[in-house]
Amino acid sequence: MTGQEAAAPAADTPTGREVTGPTSMGTDPRRFWHLAWTLATTEFKLRFFGSVLGYFWQLMRPLLLFAVLYAVFVGILNTGGDQPMFGVALLLGIVVFQFFADSTITSIRSLMNRENLVRKIDFPRAAIPVSCVLQAIFNFGLNLIPVFIFLFAAGGSISVRWLELPLVLAMLIVFVTGLSLLLSALFVNFRDVEPIWEVVAQALFYGTPILYSLSVVIDKVSLTAAQIMLANPLAAAIQQLRHAIVDLSYQSPGQVFGSTAGDLIPIGISVLIFIVGALYFRRMAPLIAERL
Amino acid sequence: MPERMTSEPAVVVRDLSKTFFIPKEQISTLKERAIHPFRRSAQHEFAALRGVSFEVPKGGFFGIAGRNGSGKSTLLKCLAGIYGADSGTIHIDGQVSTFIELGVGFNPDLAARDNVALNAAMLGLSKRESRRRFDAVIDFAELQEFTELKLKNYSSGMMVRLAFAVMIEIDSDVLLIDEILAVGDAAFQQKCADEFAKIRKSNRTVLLVTHDMGAIQRFCDEAILLEHGRVVASGDPREVGDAYLDLNFSEAARERATDDEQEAEAGESLGDGRAVIEEVRFDLPENQAASVLPNGVRTSFAMRVRFTTDVKDPIFSVALHNPVGVALFTASSSPTGEPTGDFKAGDVVTWKASFDNILGPDRYTVTPWVMIDGGGLLALREKLTSVVVTRSSPTGALIDIPFEQELAHETPADPEQETIR
Repeated sequence: MTGQEAAAPAADTPTGREVTGPTSMGTDPRRFWHLAWTLATTEFKLRFFGSVLGYFWQLMRPLLLFAVLYAVFVGILNTGGDQPMFGVALLLGIVVFQFFADSTITSIRSLMNRENLVRKIDFPRAAIPVSCVLQAIFNFGLNLIPVFIFLFAAGGSISVRWLELPLVLAMLIVFVTGLSLLLSALFVNFRDVEPIWEVVAQALFYGTPILYSLSVVIDKVSLTAAQIMLANPLAAAIQQLRHAIVDLSYQSPGQVFGSTAGDLIPIGISVLIFIVGALYFRRMAPLIAERL
Repeated sequence: MPERMTSEPAVVVRDLSKTFFIPKEQISTLKERAIHPFRRSAQHEFAALRGVSFEVPKGGFFGIAGRNGSGKSTLLKCLAGIYGADSGTIHIDGQVSTFIELGVGFNPDLAARDNVALNAAMLGLSKRESRRRFDAVIDFAELQEFTELKLKNYSSGMMVRLAFAVMIEIDSDVLLIDEILAVGDAAFQQKCADEFAKIRKSNRTVLLVTHDMGAIQRFCDEAILLEHGRVVASGDPREVGDAYLDLNFSEAARERATDDEQEAEAGESLGDGRAVIEEVRFDLPENQAASVLPNGVRTSFAMRVRFTTDVKDPIFSVALHNPVGVALFTASSSPTGEPTGDFKAGDVVTWKASFDNILGPDRYTVTPWVMIDGGGLLALREKLTSVVVTRSSPTGALIDIPFEQELAHETPADPEQETIR
């Protein structure tokens, strides 16, 4: 009797999965990763197998920028102060910033560029901006090679502190992924996100200790200014990497904040941006196909 | 084929509605939003789907027909999960593959191998599955020698074959297909038809969106017809096909009719005015004054004539011309010369001619006239109006003469062959 009572409403409810519309992540995380990975690797292949000099040009971009900036800021203005190996630190900063800019700027238009797919296939939407981040990570890996070459050429050596590298990069990737999700979803509603973000990124380039050493900020401006700067996860990552890889004389964020707990500020901001980005993207995901 | 279908539904759509809001003044930049933070932009509503409901049994081959803008593609996109619906529910039992366009996301700068892998990833296959599928796809497309060739160097036929193969070689329970059948050369089309036949036999469920009624009637067990976002016909593909043709031709006829009215004003109204042709119409058994005449139906033509003087034994006639001006049908009141009688000035008569409509599907102009044998032309209205004849499966012939057939052996049957069989 109870069985029949239970069966009655079941007969009215259709079997099978309810189709509700596109989502940001889909149901199967493996499918999501496989898709993001395939999108990123095919783009990467296209870029490097398209021309023999692909990798060469990829390297030349940061190196040329580095040469110009080194000549102007280190050679003439001496923004590195008296810190050792500032050339290597500068190149490292440029490469990290390039990763940040690459990832965020290319992801803004990414959904638009893949409009053809978005309008015709149901797939986890976030795979597209995430594939932009992956691609930027590949480029970043390639760009790190000359950094280490310069490091060894300048007399640096391998140390146990290099183990910090994956941790710092993990925070940076969380931060950049959050921003990429946020910006790509914002672009669906607001088409001027791109020029605005380009200006913001430019400002961040100068507002981050890349061209100059943080010790110059502490000496010439104030400690508080340096602390505010390091709340930015990008600045904290660059500074921590300079401390761990280039030379110990570059203050780590922990040292500037006065305790290791200070590291929690940029980490917290990264996580916060990631959550905001992921939630906003999830809200926009079903509407992307009709709004683009 | 009901025996391969189970009563269990694979797709259940209930009361599905989808409205697009198209802002009249689009606030699409942050700048505008900052300048007018609280302004709500006026929106133009477009209801693409209004309460669509249907069920597709497991293993069914289901057609969704409709004209452009009828909502059929929106429906497919909702089923595919590309658009979210506003209200109503969709339930699908099983893995779904959607084919809205052949070769979505194919990159011309990548080799076939990479494109197939990318496509498989988009459609939700794992890396291992997609590698296993690759050979089957290439075999189906007959492109074994070209797997490393970039797509931009493919001929269009090769590209289409690859795209179709990618679609066919996905093992899913439910396939959503948007009019992609009419592609490739004849041999490839045959292959696709074979593949569709295979799908029909397997337990896959297929939903086919198309305006090709031939495909609907050839493949589908059941179909629905959408118009302005509503289901206007459903069930037997043949009936749905006829309803679709009615819909299309009646629209065309309406457009033509207005053209013809304009023509008629400037055009030919001949005769000496002793009679005036006031009205002509076509009546069907269940439909008076029809402008669309289905082939094979008993149809009657009627014309109302008013005489302005006394007339003796007038002859009423009508001719139907096809668009190239060939008269395919003429009816007259006096094939036998039987007199029609005397009429006085002011008399109004209606002459009717009934016939079995064996005309091929086309638009026909109607020219009625009244004359007296040896006494001149009283009234003639050239191309007074036009009618459309429809047929759900056109033969291509100008007329469809009813026929019987039989098949007989010319030579007596060979007894040896009989035993072998």
